[in-house]
Amino acid sequence: MERIVYRELRSTPKVWGVMALCAAFVAAAGAVVLYIEHSGHIVTGMNNQIVWGVPHVFAIFLIVAASGALNVSSIGSVFGKMAYKPVARLANLLAVSLLMGGLAVLVLDLGRPDRLIMAMYTYNFSSIFAWNILLYTGFMGVVAVYLYTLMARGVDPRALKAASLLAFVWRLALTTGTGSIFGWLVARTAYDSAIMAPMFIAMSFSFGMAMFMLVMILTTSITQRVYSPELRTRQARLLGVFVAAVLYFVIVHHLSNIYLAKKGAYESWILLNGGIYTWLFWVGQVLIGGIIPMILLFHPKIDVKKGYVLLAALLVVLGGFAQLYVIIVGGQAFPLEIFPGFEVSSSFSDGVINEYTPEWIEFVLGFGGIALALMIAGLGMKFLRIVPDNLSDDNVDPTLLAD
Amino acid sequence: MIIPTKEKGADISRRDLLKKGGAMATVTLASGVTLMSFGGKARADGLKPGARWGLLIDAGKCPEDCSACVSACSKEHGWENNGLNTDPQWIRKVTLREKSSGRENSLPVMCQHCDEPPCVDVCPTGASFKREDGIVLVNKHTCIGCRYCMMACPFKARSFVHEPVTDQRTHSPRGNGTVEGCNMCVHKIDRGDGTTACVEACQATGNNAMMFGDLNDPESDIAIAVSTYASVELRADLGLGLGVRYQNI
Repeated sequence: MERIVYRELRSTPKVWGVMALCAAFVAAAGAVVLYIEHSGHIVTGMNNQIVWGVPHVFAIFLIVAASGALNVSSIGSVFGKMAYKPVARLANLLAVSLLMGGLAVLVLDLGRPDRLIMAMYTYNFSSIFAWNILLYTGFMGVVAVYLYTLMARGVDPRALKAASLLAFVWRLALTTGTGSIFGWLVARTAYDSAIMAPMFIAMSFSFGMAMFMLVMILTTSITQRVYSPELRTRQARLLGVFVAAVLYFVIVHHLSNIYLAKKGAYESWILLNGGIYTWLFWVGQVLIGGIIPMILLFHPKIDVKKGYVLLAALLVVLGGFAQLYVIIVGGQAFPLEIFPGFEVSSSFSDGVINEYTPEWIEFVLGFGGIALALMIAGLGMKFLRIVPDNLSDDNVDPTLLAD
Repeated sequence: MIIPTKEKGADISRRDLLKKGGAMATVTLASGVTLMSFGGKARADGLKPGARWGLLIDAGKCPEDCSACVSACSKEHGWENNGLNTDPQWIRKVTLREKSSGRENSLPVMCQHCDEPPCVDVCPTGASFKREDGIVLVNKHTCIGCRYCMMACPFKARSFVHEPVTDQRTHSPRGNGTVEGCNMCVHKIDRGDGTTACVEACQATGNNAMMFGDLNDPESDIAIAVSTYASVELRADLGLGLGVRYQNI
């Protein structure tokens, strides 16, 4: 068993090609931001009923995935699974870069992104949004320190342990904050539930692991490095467990809502009569993002070692987007119940399912966030010793191979 | 005389106000007035220590085909709703039909000026704020347009300005990319008009379905009406302590 060697990515046309592609997406998103800034949000599909749209789906996916990506690292340092140690650096880098991509989308979709500085020095501490600003920026700092303890020579193992533990606790707080953005909205039937926080944590485990595996597979593939099939398989199975955990929370959430008479109308709409939202829930979130990946990862007749891992991770990501679209947009589409016991109508969409047709520029902004995250991660891998050069089965912790 | 009991937050504010003295209260309120004035002359004639401004709306006197309050608000504050779902709507007429009986009703809905406003709780920069006298406002200078207040408001009382605006009223500033809503005609209150544009318009029609006043002043018409006849808050289950009350829903 050799010592794991980390090397910067070599300058190859493939590496720079991927970076150029990401840069193109980022540039396109930048142009979209200027366009929206100049024209107002009238050029997007968002309106006064659906105030958070596709950009928020992308932003929250990336933010949730960021904290989940860090898990790959925590499993090694906090929970002592040494087999994960060689990929910890990439997990840390990805956690920071995904968060940056998500935050970029979030702040650039503000009505007044030019006033972002306001959010930096005028805090309202009763707002979970304001807390999140601290949690997000703090996360980057904590993970940077953790990454340093992973990469620097001669660091006391206790310092590494402390940094990793702090980062793990911080990421739990961060995702609790993100889930609570919705969980604490008492006015809306779709939200108003404490389960949002743990459900978002489970989602982060799942989306973060999937994003990590996609980036790891892509990187090792274009740089012709080895991604230990044993480690990959172990991670893929863990991804399957996370997918199951998300489904568990989704089931509990909906069953609890169905039990409450006041939420019955919402549940019958979202689960049965919600059109695109019902489709996205059952086909996108449950089938594509849940059941199919679990079959690919757990079915005894499918050898997970030989493939389908990439497909499964991709499906989990697609299912994640579907889930967040259902939560964020579907939750707003269902009318607010201001007058229980009455049918209502008005010139401001009272009592009707709110309409939203996303404009293509919203997707450009969202993909720009993903591209920015990948570009930051790519530059990190290019100039820092992040990715292992010899992560073969032989060089992975033998105790992992034994079981 | 029974004073409305829901104004818990306002009572606390009143105590604070008296404790800190009139001078400090004037400074505190004047900053809010100045922010809202936007170039206009800030006046504080209408400031009344201990006040809790509110509205009482009698749905039984509000004809379905009348929207005088909406038109008056639109004219007073310079917003316009042409039917697009991106257009602002500070006040709207809602038609109700009771599911069990089929009885129909009509009433205006606007910012309910909560004692415990969810919009103020969630606003990351503190741009959404509540004055000492219970009026909930948006500071257009510090609103970053995140729209979280719109997600949190149980009454859909807020609008996001989706495009550049022109021909603004100096007393009611608006801005592309920021959130806005009913400000209870704070400029009229502060200059001592003692009413709002919607209430004036409603009274001009002869319907007299809307009443404005100080809920904390036991001698005021609104406090007397609230203590004499049954009235309700919308979504009272949320315990927000609203400044707007309804009768005969």
